[in-house]
Amino acid sequence: MKTESLRDVYGKELVKLGSVDRNIVVLDADLSSSTKTGYFANAFPDRFFNMGISEQSMVTAAAGLALSGKKPFVSTFAIFLTRTYEQIRQSVCYNNAPVRFVVTHGGITVGEDGATHQIVEDVGIMAGLPNMNVIVPADSVETRSVIDYLAGVDKPHYVRLSREKFPVINDEDYEFRMGRSKTMRDGNDITIVADGVMVSKSLEAAEALKKQGIDARVINMSSIKPIDRDAIIKAARETGHIITAEEHSIYNGLGSRVAEVTSEYYPVPVRRIGMRDTFGKSGKAWELFSYFHMDVKDIINEAMTCLEEKNYENIP
Amino acid sequence: METYQVDLSEIALRIRREIVRMVYNAQSGHPGGSLSIADILTVLYFREMNIDPKNPQDPKRDRLILSKGHASPALYATLALRGFFPVSDLAGFRKIDSHLEGHVSREIPGVEVSTGSLGQGLGVGVGMALASKIDGLDYRVFVILGDGEMEEGNVWESLMAGYKYNLKNLVAILDRNGIQLDGYTRDIMPLHDIHAMVESFGWNVMEIDGHSFSEIENAIERSKRSDRPTFIIANTVKGKGVDFMENNPKYHGSPPESEDLYRRAMKQLGEEI
Ligand SMILES: Cc1ncc(C[n+]2csc(CCOP(=O)(O)OP(=O)(O)O)c2C)c(N)n1
Repeated sequence: MKTESLRDVYGKELVKLGSVDRNIVVLDADLSSSTKTGYFANAFPDRFFNMGISEQSMVTAAAGLALSGKKPFVSTFAIFLTRTYEQIRQSVCYNNAPVRFVVTHGGITVGEDGATHQIVEDVGIMAGLPNMNVIVPADSVETRSVIDYLAGVDKPHYVRLSREKFPVINDEDYEFRMGRSKTMRDGNDITIVADGVMVSKSLEAAEALKKQGIDARVINMSSIKPIDRDAIIKAARETGHIITAEEHSIYNGLGSRVAEVTSEYYPVPVRRIGMRDTFGKSGKAWELFSYFHMDVKDIINEAMTCLEEKNYENIP
Repeated sequence: METYQVDLSEIALRIRREIVRMVYNAQSGHPGGSLSIADILTVLYFREMNIDPKNPQDPKRDRLILSKGHASPALYATLALRGFFPVSDLAGFRKIDSHLEGHVSREIPGVEVSTGSLGQGLGVGVGMALASKIDGLDYRVFVILGDGEMEEGNVWESLMAGYKYNLKNLVAILDRNGIQLDGYTRDIMPLHDIHAMVESFGWNVMEIDGHSFSEIENAIERSKRSDRPTFIIANTVKGKGVDFMENNPKYHGSPPESEDLYRRAMKQLGEEI
């Protein structure tokens, strides 16, 4: 399967946006060569600000730019943005300043850099903030569409990208819609709700389940906040058990949010695949999924377990 | 204090070889800022610090915090050569079945604190120095910082605390190699006059050649007589010892990209092939 870098697409799309909209400004904290905002820096040096290794200064400056009519995109690694949580809360979210945080190197696909850099708490941290909107794209195509969408927003947004290239699973003409999910594959036996790279892993799992006669629905829930409540309730009603899969802690992330919706509107068992209250570790990005039981085979196993339970419940 | 009769330059060379070998084996990691602190670590671990690999938790031991935790290869190589764990472990650097995490990790014998997010080590050092006062112990706390790292506000907040509590046993050593990740520090975020800036925060500031064993040793000796916390500006060369890496921002976070370059580096560092 074709793979493509999300951050590379981000960097290139920023340049496109910057050439038509002079209000777009970009800030980075000494990681522009990795986050790929370096492309924008080369194209529009007057509208690029390398704030140095000073994330708090970067975030507060972005708030000031946004409150002065600019459209700031702010980038660093996901882990380093979180040290400015309180600045984001006060100066950005409380002011409802439309700062676009597009962070890279989220999750365990950071690989060799190890536990210090593999943040698996960020989605929960950001989604907990009033006014904040949170998106975790599944591939490069979706990333491009999300970045285009960001140009026009009037609220703070957090977009989490990765270091590794991800399989391309969307058609070129796919358009991201805030608050809407996309059903990647239909099925009525069980539903897998996933985000980020876990969408492609879930599709692989669904393919394998199909061979065993199981029809799994796979939903790409890239819009974590606001979440697509209707799609979750529909899945709960039509397929019963739901599995969630995310490159993030099972606490406070996609899995928790899906469980919130089901428990309020249509309670069904929700099984969460993700990091289980643990830090990451150094290793090759793709090895780590099996190390932390988040790989395709783990999704398949979870699905089988759910179906056994379902059959058991159905015995009259 | 235990004296260690060794040839410092041989050790520093060996540390440098291990650094290059580690990042080449792992095909990832940060050689530039590791090579720039090899001489400083050599003096600290083989001359100055009161430490015992057989008793790494001795309450009276000196502490070292590598605040610029991406320079883990330098610290790991130093600790291994000093006897904290087998040198053969270094081959596992950054691999899934090894304890040698990409960034400095406290799981590793001899490591005091995990680091990797810049700007936090000096604050942890302040805490350890405060604890030494409470406990009436006179161990010393060394913190190695990067010059890019000085851009973090946290560092300046900790400088204030070090002055306020008069932490005489706290010694910060700045690896001033002039390069950070995106390029030269003077371009990314110029530090106007670091010497005057830190001095104005109330610290005892010295400036030395960070590749001269005698200057490093003298500065640390002098810091013992200071009535204030000490800040040593060590002027260094990023990538020191490998010609194509020296002063080259590219090798901040990239290993030698070919076997030829790897061999060239190892040869320059004295490996006999
Ligand atoms: C808080 C934080 N922001 C960003 C990074 C990413 N990063 C790793 S090393 C580095 C540059 C460090 O420069 P410097 O402190 O001068 O270290 P040296 O050149 O000595 O390696 C950056 C930005 C980080 N590790 N921590």
